[in-house]
Amino acid sequence: MNIVFSFLAGLIFGLGLIVSGMANPAKVLGFLDLAGQWDPSLMLVMAGAIAVSAGAFAAAKLRKRTILGSSLLLPTRSPIDRRLVGGSLVFGIGWGLAGICPGPAIVLVGAGIPAGLIFTAAMFAGMGVFELLEKAKVRGAQAIG
Amino acid sequence: MSIDWVDFTPRAALVGGLLIGLGAAMLLLFVGRIAGISGIVGGMLRPKRHDLGWRIAFAAGLLAAPLLYQRVTALPDIRIGVGTGTLIVAGLLVGIGTRYGGGCTSGHGVCGLARFSPRSIVATLSFMLAGFMAVFIVRHLFA
Repeated sequence: MNIVFSFLAGLIFGLGLIVSGMANPAKVLGFLDLAGQWDPSLMLVMAGAIAVSAGAFAAAKLRKRTILGSSLLLPTRSPIDRRLVGGSLVFGIGWGLAGICPGPAIVLVGAGIPAGLIFTAAMFAGMGVFELLEKAKVRGAQAIG
Repeated sequence: MSIDWVDFTPRAALVGGLLIGLGAAMLLLFVGRIAGISGIVGGMLRPKRHDLGWRIAFAAGLLAAPLLYQRVTALPDIRIGVGTGTLIVAGLLVGIGTRYGGGCTSGHGVCGLARFSPRSIVATLSFMLAGFMAVFIVRHLFA
């Protein structure tokens, strides 16, 4: 059942990205271009998405389990540190260069757009680099320890 | 700053946003997971027992969305104005940055803000700022 609902959630989420214009890199860049002709549409995308999910999070706080009975995994408290800020800045630069973030990247692959495929392949490579660096860090710590 | 009224699509933006929120709500309340796309797909590279199926299913839903959309009507305008080199650099930065930052536009920008997470507020301000700066440099300093 988890698989079915996960697929449906992804499908609805993806349709939202297409309808909202988030899957159109030119529109995203229009939002990020404060100094040029600014397209505020993405503010409304965020507002709509946050309004609905805030309700869901409020409901989730009152529950221990999901509607299907599995465990609810909310993020555990973690610090505001250099990793968070540095990583987010690096992500923002990439986002501003192409106008594509991870969700729309996958949707563009589904739409069969070659640029989406190139971006997504590079994104996975970047995530792979992160995994390797993390593994190296663990090994380094073990070697010292 | 001047507002681009021609490209401003408030109704589509709001309806699309509500759908994004609905997808995130569904994943949370039925599957018990946060709809953070970078975490969902990035986690595939670190496979754990009983943890891969839902990730693949969610990504398959994202992939299927344009296919379903196209069965009903033509996809809206999708314009990519950058070359292959920029796409590769941007993709690498997005991949590394989102994993170090622990989230992207969906995980921090939507879900994190929706649950008032201070961490996500800081992350969202950081990537928005960097995005504004990157576009400013590319479009206005080097144009």
